[in-house]
Amino acid sequence: MSDGTAHKQSFITKYIFSTDHKMIGIQFLWFGTFWLLWGGLQAMLIRWQLAYSGQPVPIIGKLLFGASDGIITPDIYNQIFTMHGTIMIFWAVTPLLSGAFANFVIPLQIGARDMAFPVLNMFSFWTFFLSGVILLASHFLPAGPAAAGWTSYPPLSTPVGGIAGHGQALWALSLTLMGIAVIMGAINYVTTVIRMRAPGMGYFQMPLTVWGIWLAAILNAVFVPIIAAGLIFLLLENVFGTQFFIAGSKATVEGGDPLLYQHVFWIFGHPEVYILILPIWGIVSDLLSVFSRKPAFGYRVTATCMCIITCLSAIVWGHHMYTTGMSPLLGKAFMFLTLLISIPSSVFFLNWLGTLWKGSLQLRAPMLFALSVVFVFGIGGLTGLYLATVTSDIYLHDSMFVVGHFHYTLAASVLMGSYAALYFWFPKMFGKMLNPLLGKIHFWGTFIPLNIVFYNMMVTGYAGQHRRLYDPYIYEFLQNLKPLNTQISWWAWLLGAAQVVLVVNLIWSLMKGKKAERNPWNAATIEWTVDYPIPHGNFAQMPTVYTGPHEYSNPAIQGRDWISQTEKLTAAS
Amino acid sequence: MSQSLSVRKDVWGDATTGKLGMWLFILIDGLSFGTLLIGGAALRAGAASWPEPGTVLNIPLTAFNTFLLICTSFTMVMALNSVQRDDQKGLVKFLLLTMLGGMIFLGIQVYEYTHFIMGSEHLGEQLAKAGMSGTKFLTTSSVYAGAFYVTTCYHGLHVFSGVIYIFCILMAAMRGRYSSQDYDKVEILGLYWHFVDLIWILVFTVIYLI
Ligand SMILES: [Cu+2]
Repeated sequence: MSDGTAHKQSFITKYIFSTDHKMIGIQFLWFGTFWLLWGGLQAMLIRWQLAYSGQPVPIIGKLLFGASDGIITPDIYNQIFTMHGTIMIFWAVTPLLSGAFANFVIPLQIGARDMAFPVLNMFSFWTFFLSGVILLASHFLPAGPAAAGWTSYPPLSTPVGGIAGHGQALWALSLTLMGIAVIMGAINYVTTVIRMRAPGMGYFQMPLTVWGIWLAAILNAVFVPIIAAGLIFLLLENVFGTQFFIAGSKATVEGGDPLLYQHVFWIFGHPEVYILILPIWGIVSDLLSVFSRKPAFGYRVTATCMCIITCLSAIVWGHHMYTTGMSPLLGKAFMFLTLLISIPSSVFFLNWLGTLWKGSLQLRAPMLFALSVVFVFGIGGLTGLYLATVTSDIYLHDSMFVVGHFHYTLAASVLMGSYAALYFWFPKMFGKMLNPLLGKIHFWGTFIPLNIVFYNMMVTGYAGQHRRLYDPYIYEFLQNLKPLNTQISWWAWLLGAAQVVLVVNLIWSLMKGKKAERNPWNAATIEWTVDYPIPHGNFAQMPTVYTGPHEYSNPAIQGRDWISQTEKLTAAS
Repeated sequence: MSQSLSVRKDVWGDATTGKLGMWLFILIDGLSFGTLLIGGAALRAGAASWPEPGTVLNIPLTAFNTFLLICTSFTMVMALNSVQRDDQKGLVKFLLLTMLGGMIFLGIQVYEYTHFIMGSEHLGEQLAKAGMSGTKFLTTSSVYAGAFYVTTCYHGLHVFSGVIYIFCILMAAMRGRYSSQDYDKVEILGLYWHFVDLIWILVFTVIYLI
């Protein structure tokens, strides 16, 4: 095989239909960033409605909702929050983690020339792209896009007594395609990690980033086909009028069951949370080690805990369905299993603190974001206990408390973790450093508003605000929440504005940023042993691995406080 | 060779990377079939009534189709056996037979669907016995009809993809691409095809027989 060395490629094979994992990763990065901004804009609109109910949206209102003079109508509101959730989870965070960073980092960190199936990898991106085009197109349907919430429960998501128009059908179609793309990626990542590791790179020499992404890929491989089948049911329901989810007198022959969809959805939906968070756990574990200049505390235990959580995540989906009339015994079983997850979670959380303990902390931009993940994930995890417990969940179910909680785990932890990864690997991706000052402004501009917004969402939920109310203030008992909701909205807009700093930083750094050295963070993992631009095939000579991924401040090394995984401990001293 | 550099022996034995990928795909695809079948079974468990086997669906016809598909598994094994013996003619012959079998299977399925969708007086009587109205058996007829269509159609798409897949390998085989030293691609195709056959036996049992 000759792809060990750089070779001439046309524009199309290099930048568009590329089979190089690094280019595909970068394609996923821009794709995900586009959707992140789009979904973020929708969040800003939701907050407008909750702060200034029924008033026209300033500036962009006329452009977006011309038919209603810039006012967000109830129908439009449903569409916006549905699309916000769908986009953020499946088209923003998924491509960023299981697309961009997984692609870019796995082969480089395990010392492989490329993915196991490079052509499949290309198809994965373009299928993902196609799914995005369909989702985007659904925004322009006469009756608007899907509006049954990101969970799309029937009967709301079916033509029988549900949302009008074809939005729901396109939603199911685009999500099925997205699932196929994710499955292609998962086959690649799982096989690559099993088969393509460099000599000396055992499973327990892999960086925790690879562990996290690999476990997430395994979860994708197991659970995405399940939701794909559920989405096929839903698609047929919308397009061919099948009756799987229709119960009662609306059905031609009795026998459908709307709860079946909820089961299928959450059998996938709960692991999906871990599909998103596992890569972040891995990345944060590695970054805390790099920027504390200490080996990751309890490395093997952290990896094992991640595996245990991966397994447990498969059998806890019922905690999303306590209020569906589930038998109390089953509810208790799901509660017990869910609470069991907090044990391995706490163990590796303590391992994070152990890594930081007495470390020489370097508060550079990636580290700030990684540290913030420790904080926000702590809050997200703890507030989850109230929702895992049947008694408190029955009160909190479907309230803004739930919204605040999962934004702490998904929006806050996953987003901050993605930013950490972006600031960390940007030099290897583009050969330029991101501006550190703008990075810090971006960090504080995100971290402070984000906590105020999501914390107070939980407060409003505890006070009784339902998660999907168009105008909460028609209820007397929620009227005095209006000032708090308005404040949340202003902080949310500040949070949105802070992302402009990131966009500016990205553009400015790509054009005029400082050239990155080979290893700007003095990190030990293999990707930092190759110079930018990394050729197709990655390594001129295949690396051999001698040490673990976190050899920092080893007293046996003199002159510097790290050695690369490809160096022998004796040779470096 | 990049293989010697990056492929390592591990708990997965000597299986090539491609084969490992196909096994993973089979696991994934099996889960999607499992969800369709278990979903259908869950609906059946909750339904007040479910048609008796054979009232609407033509069991003898589909039993023949099942037999045909099992035969193509046999010809697929023969194709692999041929290439292992460097018998190029045999490889092409048996791949062709397998593809043909798959196409006849699809043809019979299309015939079955047309029969249901066009409808007839006789079908109307059968449907009435099974608690459905009208003279056509459509996706809208009942949950039972939906379960039938989603599972068989999903499987049919797999056979369809399989026929295209066999065609691609057949083209390469006719150019003499495979030999007793290099037949991994044929073996991987075989994995996929046997999986599709195996799933059909499950589908046939669950949808038609019980
Ligand atoms: Cu859950």
